[in-house]
Amino acid sequence: MQSKKPKNVFQQGAISSDFIGNSIFKHQTKTSIGAHNIFLGQVRADVIDGKTVSAIEYTAYEDMANKKFHEIRESAFEKFDLTCMHIYHSLGTVKAGEICLFVFVSSPRRKVVFEALEFIVEAIKAETPVFGKEIFEDESHQWKINS
Amino acid sequence: MRINIKYFGQIAEVTQKEEESLEFSGIFVSDLLNSLFSTYSELKNTSFKVAQNQELISNTTKVTGAEIALLPPFSGG
Repeated sequence: MQSKKPKNVFQQGAISSDFIGNSIFKHQTKTSIGAHNIFLGQVRADVIDGKTVSAIEYTAYEDMANKKFHEIRESAFEKFDLTCMHIYHSLGTVKAGEICLFVFVSSPRRKVVFEALEFIVEAIKAETPVFGKEIFEDESHQWKINS
Repeated sequence: MRINIKYFGQIAEVTQKEEESLEFSGIFVSDLLNSLFSTYSELKNTSFKVAQNQELISNTTKVTGAEIALLPPFSGG
């Protein structure tokens, strides 16, 4: 399922559980797959100096980010025996408790998907120019930094 | 030469704009940063990386006139 051109990874707003469920459903026709693994990033209601995060507003350098997502995808296919792989990331406002990142990998065998998923998620966090603004309940904000 | 610069996240808060086009007469990225620091002094206290043509570059890279972007720490996911 490799593609040559960078796809658009971004979706406006939260990634719904319907969308995630439907993605799983779509793979039931691909019967060479024996194992899926899924990572879901959820917006956490961190409390910072007594103020609670109510949402994260995501922006990105979209062209560069899509290019980086594509490079991560290509290197994951090179490193691991994957049947398919999908990445979706939110842009705009995602409320606490909602999903902002969905990574889905599939392979004939289980060991591969555990390793591949960790590799992909860590690369996304480190290499893609996506920026999260943490919005507090009082509408003040601070910029998130990945640890 | 004329160059286009894009600003993101907290960098755009400092510059109060998301992009601009400006005349640049230096050679290296460091020359460009010095000129930006004189316009936006608060940038000196802000952490960021520089991308040219959508690849990260260092201060000693030559500015080619391709698209430049100032990127604050990444926080996707």
